[in-house]
Amino acid sequence: MTELTNLTVAQIRDGHRAGDFSAVEVAEAFSANVAGAKALNAFIVETPEHALEAAKQADADRAAGTLKPLSGVPIGMKDLFCTDGVQTTAASHMLEGFIPRYESTVSQKLWDAGAGMLGKLNLDQFAMGSSNETSYFGNVISPWRRKDGGNAALAPGGSSGGSSTAIAARLCPAATGTDTGGSIRQPAAFTGISGIKPTYGRCSRWGIVAFASSLDQAGPMARDVRDCAIMLENMAGFDAKDATSLNLPVPDWEAALSSDLKGKTVGIPKEYRLEGIDPDIDAMWDAGIAMLKDAGAAVVEISLPHTKYALPAYYIIAPAEASSNLARYDGVRYGLRDLPAKNSSGGGAGLQDMYAATRAEGFGPEVKRRIMIGTYVLSAGFYDAYYTQAQKVRTLIARDFEQAFASCDVILAPTAPSAAFGLGEKMADPLAMYLNDVFAVPASLAGLPAMSVPAALNREGLPLGLQIIGKAFDEQSVLNAGLAIEERAGFNARAEKWW
Amino acid sequence: MSDYRIKGETGEWEVVIGLEVHAQITTNAKLFSSAATAFGAEPNTQVSLVDAAMPGMLPVPNRECIRQAVRTGMAIEAQINRWSRFDRKNYFYADLPQGYQISQLYHPLVGEGAITVEADEKAGIPEPKVIGVERIHVEQDAGKLMHDQHPTMSYVDLNRSGVALMEIVSKPDMRSPAEAGAYVRKLRAILRYVGSCDGNMEEGSMRADVNVSVRRPGDEFGTRTETKNVNSVRFVMAVIEGEAKRQVELIESGGTVVQETRLYDPDRNETRSMRSKEDAHDYRYFPDPDLLPLELDDDFLVECRESLPELPDAKRDRYLALGISPYNADVLTAEVEAARWFDTLLDAGAKPVAAANWVTSELFGALNRMGRDLTDSPVSPQQAAELLGLVADGTISGTIAKQVFEKMLESGGGAAEIVERDGLKQTSDTGAIEAEIAKILAANADKVEQYKGGKEALFGFFVGQTMKAMQGKANPQVVNELLKKALG
Repeated sequence: MTELTNLTVAQIRDGHRAGDFSAVEVAEAFSANVAGAKALNAFIVETPEHALEAAKQADADRAAGTLKPLSGVPIGMKDLFCTDGVQTTAASHMLEGFIPRYESTVSQKLWDAGAGMLGKLNLDQFAMGSSNETSYFGNVISPWRRKDGGNAALAPGGSSGGSSTAIAARLCPAATGTDTGGSIRQPAAFTGISGIKPTYGRCSRWGIVAFASSLDQAGPMARDVRDCAIMLENMAGFDAKDATSLNLPVPDWEAALSSDLKGKTVGIPKEYRLEGIDPDIDAMWDAGIAMLKDAGAAVVEISLPHTKYALPAYYIIAPAEASSNLARYDGVRYGLRDLPAKNSSGGGAGLQDMYAATRAEGFGPEVKRRIMIGTYVLSAGFYDAYYTQAQKVRTLIARDFEQAFASCDVILAPTAPSAAFGLGEKMADPLAMYLNDVFAVPASLAGLPAMSVPAALNREGLPLGLQIIGKAFDEQSVLNAGLAIEERAGFNARAEKWW
Repeated sequence: MSDYRIKGETGEWEVVIGLEVHAQITTNAKLFSSAATAFGAEPNTQVSLVDAAMPGMLPVPNRECIRQAVRTGMAIEAQINRWSRFDRKNYFYADLPQGYQISQLYHPLVGEGAITVEADEKAGIPEPKVIGVERIHVEQDAGKLMHDQHPTMSYVDLNRSGVALMEIVSKPDMRSPAEAGAYVRKLRAILRYVGSCDGNMEEGSMRADVNVSVRRPGDEFGTRTETKNVNSVRFVMAVIEGEAKRQVELIESGGTVVQETRLYDPDRNETRSMRSKEDAHDYRYFPDPDLLPLELDDDFLVECRESLPELPDAKRDRYLALGISPYNADVLTAEVEAARWFDTLLDAGAKPVAAANWVTSELFGALNRMGRDLTDSPVSPQQAAELLGLVADGTISGTIAKQVFEKMLESGGGAAEIVERDGLKQTSDTGAIEAEIAKILAANADKVEQYKGGKEALFGFFVGQTMKAMQGKANPQVVNELLKKALG
């Protein structure tokens, strides 16, 4: 049965449709893998019964001739999506035990498409982190190890680290992710899988625990480009419950997949060439350029002059929004409540004491750091110097892309400046951690579709990802360029099972 | 110019007043959720997932709320901003589930406009005064804390959480409690005409933050205090009077007014300090990233304007042009129900001046006696028009009309029907009248002599006697003519 868990979404869908196997067999195979991979800590909650139920329905639908696009496909759900009746924590103590009575739009769409849920995937707390080490439920461990004889535990990337690990370790064929400043692309790159953040507004944010509203965007993570296209088609779509939702039809991305890039132009941003960067990264990038040329594309150098301001702007805007978005976790209505018996001066504790105790207890250090940064940059006397400036930078960055796209169709760059780093290596240095997002945040700030596809292994045998950034609403060109790289890179390495 | 002054120990002080009126927008749903907004519902029965700020919930603007605020702006001839934006006002409180109020600080929906208050000599407003409106923005209301439900805990009712409010911010243009009172009344009338707010201050649909400062006449503005959530016109005026006096006494005794937020205690009729500027929150306003800027298109704006009813000022002007007295025009336009009733009466064919007199005296008097108002008047405008028509065409006299009206109130019958039934029709039968006149003149020969001798005031006596003899049914004009003839 184990080979079922090696199948991609498309293979499961087609094989199930053809009667090669039952959906129940698929669900059980993946659930067995999930149950056997506790060491990776990829799941916060396992829901084999949910996957099984959807599988039974899929088998019944096959018999009745009423198959849906994802019938028989079990997936993992990032624990940032609210799921009706299933604990939703955002990997925080604050929401430990919180069971929503509503279903996020994106997850509902997936269930409506026939998919089943294997469980809720671990992540950085409130999606704040690049290594999955900020989770209240413990860090996820990447299935990958360096080929250096050591057994150092590596970061799966973040914040969608449970998603990346689960897919790379064959615990699920696909999963949802969310991307605020690289949280789909960077973990995908770290674990040798694919992931796409669509244009801002493609996927409804309704029911996703908010981090930074103007940046948060859901997207799929899967083993290959086709699976990303299939998943995205079943996640995207206008939602009247999200005022920032795009009111556009969802294209048939899978059907239009083509790795023939004749007539397309690929832009190479010169500002992304960083001094002192890992030579393996540069080599992979150059190889990627060659692959796209081979697929028929023309290649031009482009300039995105405000790139160096993107990271600072991001780390003002995202925490500012987060500081406000997370104000609702106050112990009053749901989630953790810590009402001390006495206040600090020995009297009866009141509302303020409850706020302080609840939030001190419920939020981890990284979340607190960002709330503090966000509160600071929005406060009187600093607002213009930080927030207003950052918004100006954001506008300039969007303009950079607009101008660049006058001369190219997609942009090719590395996804991250390094391969996966060791757990604990960057936790003491938040700035070093934030720098990991340097290539990811510009597309987030501009709201553009961007994806990571695995392109190579570095000299330590760890996967590296290439990032393709596209014009707004043009996920198709991004997917097509990704497919061209996927076909030429022939990336088929996988983590050897040690767990 | 108002000559309202606070007389202090050291001289006279002028009061400067600005009002921020919070008006609940009349809609079935909240500003950003579909939860109901009815007053008086059981606690926490009108709360959506959005209003309770559950994780992952998002606000979606309610088009009707925006429409009503725009129509209100148009009603005060204000600038309507085609591009506006929502901001978050961040602070923690148990009645504020999101931890922020969605409001509009930087780019309000409605810009500058004006409201004219009528002259009111008795109140010290010698001529109409234009009060500037700085802006109108829309925002969410908060929930309500209940402190009387449990000995050691407070309960929270979120029914109001997320309800749509308009904040209508005046300029510091008012100079007396009377002007402020007149402004609130006029604003309330406009809101009720437009239908954007029911103006019900007892239910909290309308409440005012009252900004007061004092200065020597002609000086720069003094430091102001803001008294929050004042919920009646009377209280607004009381707050201004009390606060101005307090400030004058404070300054004259060597103190300085500090910028602060105060609360009004109606039971003791005094304000007390709530928090000073130093304790003021840093609200960390920033654009709400869950919401796109609000952009209004031409079709929307055209509909808003075309759906506006005739407003108090225009209606008053129209009534004046119809010959109605300024007093009656004011009375008839003050409340939208009265104006609508009166317009229906005119539409039913009643003559404006007579109708206005009749409504403001006869009808209002009767309603007053019955403890009713126009909305549950026992007489409809159509019935009233019938009655007034009978007077106008000479079928009955004014005196008889009063009787007929009383009978209408008692029985609910139609005027013509009652007149017919009770034989109240006015007569112009000259023969019958002449016969009565002859009797009266014969019986009062002495008075006839006196009249002929120059005491012309006695003419009224003869009219009265004749009318009495005719049981009020004689046409007064005919009586006059015949009497003049008979008295030679």
